[in-house]
Amino acid sequence: MSNKLLLGRFIPGDSIVHRLDPRVKLLMSFYFVGIIFLADNWQTYLFLFLFTMVAILLTKIKLGFFIKGVRPLIWLILFTVLLQMLFSSGGTVYWSWGPIVISSYGVVNGIYIFMRFVLIIFMSTLLTLTTPPLSLADAIESLLKPLKVIHFPVYEVALMLSIALRFVPTLMDETEKIMNAQRARGVDFGEGNIFQQMRAIVPLLIPLFVSSFNRAEDLATAMEARGYQGGEGRSKYRVLSWQLADNLTILAFALVTVVLVILR
Amino acid sequence: MVMDITFKDVGYTYQVGTPFESRALHEINLTLRDHAFTAIIGHTGSGKSTLVQHLNALLKPTSGTVTIGDRVITPETNNKNLKPIRQKVGMVFQFPESQLFEETVAKDIAFGPMNFGVSEEESLKRAKEMVQLVGLKDAVLERSPFDLSGGQMRRVAIAGVLAMKPEVLILDEPTAGLDPEGRRDIMGMVQRLHQENQLTVILITHLMEDVANYADQVVVMENGGVVKVGTPREVFSNVQWLRDKQLGVPETAAFADQLIKKGFQFKQMPLTETELADELLPQLPQAGRNDNVE
Repeated sequence: MSNKLLLGRFIPGDSIVHRLDPRVKLLMSFYFVGIIFLADNWQTYLFLFLFTMVAILLTKIKLGFFIKGVRPLIWLILFTVLLQMLFSSGGTVYWSWGPIVISSYGVVNGIYIFMRFVLIIFMSTLLTLTTPPLSLADAIESLLKPLKVIHFPVYEVALMLSIALRFVPTLMDETEKIMNAQRARGVDFGEGNIFQQMRAIVPLLIPLFVSSFNRAEDLATAMEARGYQGGEGRSKYRVLSWQLADNLTILAFALVTVVLVILR
Repeated sequence: MVMDITFKDVGYTYQVGTPFESRALHEINLTLRDHAFTAIIGHTGSGKSTLVQHLNALLKPTSGTVTIGDRVITPETNNKNLKPIRQKVGMVFQFPESQLFEETVAKDIAFGPMNFGVSEEESLKRAKEMVQLVGLKDAVLERSPFDLSGGQMRRVAIAGVLAMKPEVLILDEPTAGLDPEGRRDIMGMVQRLHQENQLTVILITHLMEDVANYADQVVVMENGGVVKVGTPREVFSNVQWLRDKQLGVPETAAFADQLIKKGFQFKQMPLTETELADELLPQLPQAGRNDNVE
């Protein structure tokens, strides 16, 4: 089961992209989602596509992993594309039936939307494939720091986030173990009708909750035993450092924005 | 029906085709006989747990074939219709108490048999039998499994597997984390099941005493391969070899090994205290004096 969850899975490596400051990667991923809406013709989409491909090439990770990231969302994408194709009119009409129209405008729009989805997923997959989850948590903490002014509990949120991320693999292992134990007792996961499948989840969820609560309690005790007080004045083991490459990344994205504005 | 389990050139690789690919088993050729008591030893990460998960088709080999009774499991085997195997081959995982989930102990024990099509009435009857078999009182049947002590939860979980009436019982470190008395109780119970109910038992353990006392066949694993199969006496005869494999020997064998270095002689490696004493006693006056043992 762990094989399927590639979206959000870190793959260790030593590429330029891996070494970028996680804050840059996080910010630029969001920024990319913003500027993708600037694209409105085939030149701009082609340009963004090429840009994404170069970024992927720089990670030295096989393209297959990025494509696997699209797979879980493929039905949502196709559904959206279909809606766009069937219900937008304009340009040459190829075929129509009542309110449903397939027009050149609709087809082109459908393709654009498809591209938009795929590129956004590629970029966010790039972020998660090249950044260890804990670095991401550090980045979020660092970026949220200004909010301390309005008494936003930055440290607590960051701690919660790190703990949550840290325990994702542990919980997945646990899930696998319990699934196996229940399988050995004759449970069929993912078989039968929807009610049978829902029933099969109960023997998985209850032990999982029980062990999570136990684990949380143990963790809290262990942290208290080691004198954790949280927050203010705590130094960090992983220190984020902003390098030249990070500045260049920002510059690259700025250039992309300029080119997009010119091409649109 | 004969429930021999045979491995032929079995290999298993986790997460094939990803960068996380790791080979856990390779070229396993092994036969586990019907009604035998087999112990599997090997240090952490040697592939013991992966191996036993092939025994009830929780894992399918990525190469080679596993034959369980009359069913042959190959990499191409369909995931459906594996249930009969899982009924015949019961598996008690490490820390099995984590599988408990029902409101009452009785319901939890009955869960397994009911999944295999046994009626609720019959399953609850089995629950009552099994609770006694694992040495708990009837009163626990109506209690929540989460109110029990760790040792009791362990027994309930084992009862839940036994209630399926398997022919083969796999136990993955069933006594880990239990106190000495709990350990003796559980192992005694396993031995009774083996001798009285004719169950085939496969035990993964780090406790060499358990191997010496109960097993009639030992499989030694290292780095995903089987490096030795034999009787406990054969395996424990070579103390140095086992130490090289980062495995221990039973206390009696270690003690005898020390004595051999001092000039004592044993016809065979003693595995129990009685055997040790029987062979040692006649030698004490002579060998002891020669070596100036005080």
